[in-house]
Amino acid sequence: MSTVFIALQTNEDTRPIIEAIELDNPLAVVHREPAMVKIDAPDRLVVRRSTIEDLIGRAFDLQEMHINLITLSGNVVEDDDTLTLSWNS
Amino acid sequence: MDMKASKKKLGLKERYRLMTRDLGWETTYQPKDKVFPYVGYEGIRIHDWDKWEDPFRLTMDSYWKYQAEKERKFYAIIDAHAQNNGHLNLTDARYLSALKIFLQAISPGEYAAHKGFARVGREFPGVGTQVACQMQAIDEIRHAQTQIHAMSNYNRYYNGFHAFADTRDRIWYTSVARSFFDDAMSAGPFEFMIAIGFSFEYVLTNLLFVPFMSGAAYNGDMATVTFGFSAQSDEARHMTLGLECIKFMLEQDPANVPIVQGWIDKWFWRGFRVLGLVSTMMDYMLPKRVMSWREAWNIYGVENGGALFKDLARYGIRPPKGWDDAEQAIDHMSHQFMLGLYQWSFGTAFHSWIPSDDDMDWLSAKYPDTFDKYYRPRWDHIKKLAAAGTPFKNYGLAKLCQTCQLPTVFTEPDDPTLTCHRETAYKGEKYHFCSDGCQHIFENEPEKYIQAWLPMPQLFQDPVKGDLGEWMKWVSLLDGKDNGDYAGSEDQKNFEAWRGLATTNQ
Repeated sequence: MSTVFIALQTNEDTRPIIEAIELDNPLAVVHREPAMVKIDAPDRLVVRRSTIEDLIGRAFDLQEMHINLITLSGNVVEDDDTLTLSWNS
Repeated sequence: MDMKASKKKLGLKERYRLMTRDLGWETTYQPKDKVFPYVGYEGIRIHDWDKWEDPFRLTMDSYWKYQAEKERKFYAIIDAHAQNNGHLNLTDARYLSALKIFLQAISPGEYAAHKGFARVGREFPGVGTQVACQMQAIDEIRHAQTQIHAMSNYNRYYNGFHAFADTRDRIWYTSVARSFFDDAMSAGPFEFMIAIGFSFEYVLTNLLFVPFMSGAAYNGDMATVTFGFSAQSDEARHMTLGLECIKFMLEQDPANVPIVQGWIDKWFWRGFRVLGLVSTMMDYMLPKRVMSWREAWNIYGVENGGALFKDLARYGIRPPKGWDDAEQAIDHMSHQFMLGLYQWSFGTAFHSWIPSDDDMDWLSAKYPDTFDKYYRPRWDHIKKLAAAGTPFKNYGLAKLCQTCQLPTVFTEPDDPTLTCHRETAYKGEKYHFCSDGCQHIFENEPEKYIQAWLPMPQLFQDPVKGDLGEWMKWVSLLDGKDNGDYAGSEDQKNFEAWRGLATTNQ
């Protein structure tokens, strides 16, 4: 097992994204650090567009995340609906 | 009434195909190897450039949209910082030493990375790679500009910020970062990608930016948090490009594996040395500390680097050769650096200081196996000398490593009481090194490294000719203002006076 992570700036834009990640990844662990939130997960983490849209009540483009992204680790696969980070897959 | 149905928006993959892939063309006036002449000589074999794809599938139109948004956010905060005396919200002006090092050594590195990516974007034949490198080239120049702009607010009030371009070119410690980027820029395009895209961005940049920006947030520096996060929002893309490029090279031909492994070994060690100063910043220079260098290394080095190399093992890649030596150095390096900076502080355009009792207790707790045993006694001795009015200054010149250009202040990996020193004779000259890693790098490419510009020999040349005062003039170092101990400095006096004015009606 290896840890993948994503770190986002702490702000109003990222609150629902973080909430969506927690909903979609039951094994994810959220660390709230000064000005940033780092989310770790074993081997795989998925960010789902539909979950974020349900929370914010509007259409969301996953590429909007680029504005508030700090760092990530793992192999990235992105399409219109999901952004997936994984190791050893 | 007929409603005009809006055209369905293109999907991400389709948009990427149309707006990136379709920008490429087959050359007809000239054969391809004449148009891309530098892509073959390193020995990397590529059979199908179309196999390379940006996993984020970012196209130029989206790129401009998001970058514009980042710039608007950045300048809103920088303006607020300048309008509201943001500099007085710092925990303490000691913190500024970390910023001065950043401005003198790292921001010019961003500019160098810009030049490098502009070049390799031209030299790679694949259109996906060209577009991604072009975006990164624009990102890097944006980083250099926003950093210099943000820190110019501090230049109005504090010393050490006024001549970063001269400092970048001439002072001794900045040549560490400069030689790193010069080394990468004078390599071939694939090696450049491993150097900057993979080793620096993927393996090491988290250690630089993440704790640095959290540290800035902890220490009340809104300007730096802002440029840091604005830059860092691009880094995730850079890291992904670096990882994608290395996987691409490894998947294209098994003959590429040993070449790539050699570059990983070289550039991990180069990067580890260049980022070593971050350890001092985290353990000593932040008045309010986020985490120790050791703790940051455990997260971003051991855990994340470990996961990365475990994942790459399927291609036959192993962790970099210097990995174990790096692990051995983690509990020592910040202390060895800070002792070096303190004893040579007459020659630095930033301040250093003796850690307070509280600071030393924190260091003992974070480094239970090393600080009290090896480093506290030295600081206690240095403290006694300062109290007696005879502060410890080392006016001897440091012996520099021919490869990383740091003074040879490090110890043997397995013996922290013995200074590590290696030497190699080449064409009748003797060259010195700080470590096995740096010696191996030199011995692989001696003709490259014997040409290195080293700041110490420069001292004896025109126009300095060995004169310390002339040297200070030449590097634009204002003696008694920019350099020396923080205790008693203008920065300290001014910060305390201005903060006093800001919180009273006197």
